[in-house]
Amino acid sequence: MTLIDLANPTRFLSLTARILPWLAAATAILLLIGLTQSALAPDDYQQGATVKIMFIHVPNAWLSMFVWGVMSVAALGTLVWRHPLADVAAKAAAPIGAAFTFLALVTGSLWGRPMWGTYWEWDARLTSVLILFLMYLGLIALWRAVEDPSRAARAAAILTLVGAINIPIIKFSVDWWNTLHQPASVLRMGGPAMDRAFLIPLLVMAIAFSLLFVTLHLAAMRNEILRRRVRALQMLQASGRPA
Amino acid sequence: MALGPYASFIVTSYVLVAAVVLILIVWVAIDYRRQKERLLELEASGVVRRSGRGAADIG
Repeated sequence: MTLIDLANPTRFLSLTARILPWLAAATAILLLIGLTQSALAPDDYQQGATVKIMFIHVPNAWLSMFVWGVMSVAALGTLVWRHPLADVAAKAAAPIGAAFTFLALVTGSLWGRPMWGTYWEWDARLTSVLILFLMYLGLIALWRAVEDPSRAARAAAILTLVGAINIPIIKFSVDWWNTLHQPASVLRMGGPAMDRAFLIPLLVMAIAFSLLFVTLHLAAMRNEILRRRVRALQMLQASGRPA
Repeated sequence: MALGPYASFIVTSYVLVAAVVLILIVWVAIDYRRQKERLLELEASGVVRRSGRGAADIG
């Protein structure tokens, strides 16, 4: 099955109906393994047990940026390739991305208080992630403000692509500016600067949360396609024309 | 598993993540049920798609 085949919403719905149960099961199993490994991970010599917050903070932080990346590709799909499911994908991803970003901010804050002595600091990393969160909320508001999905799609796509500038700023903020937030310790030149005892649970949790996103995203896309069918049928009904 | 002096920060973080993930799952499930019900209501009132296929049929 190619990407073109998935342009047909009915075919897409049929595919999601088949794979969603498997994805949900794989997500649950990986989350269970990741949580067990996180619980059994040793304390850090400096941070003690608070290092366990890393196993949920980092996957959420990665996904907050990854989801915007997915939405940016979908925005190109809307503006350039006119793929019929592109704006469905973008609209469905926004609330999930906002939730991951919210969790990255709050768990980071709860990790920061015992480690840095403060819940919040207006440094480049924290501020740029807060801006990302506000951009997610702005996109959701835009989708809700415009009733016609196809009209909202173009405006949302443009806003998404403009907002994509923030992603490299978030990623490299810890290198470009002097921040309270630590520099990258996994995705960095020279490989991860982290012991395997922490790295393996972190990667398992990252894969588990990524699968969670794929599962939720496909389910939300399915809902959005059904919502558009409802809208189309309601308009037919209102026009009084025979279907 | 001893969580040390900052146990409340660790537990709050995990509980919060679990709560938000649960809310996302419930939101998606409720939304799916709602859209299916609306489609079935519309079809029951005689409105059908041009293709003639059931709008709520996604299998």
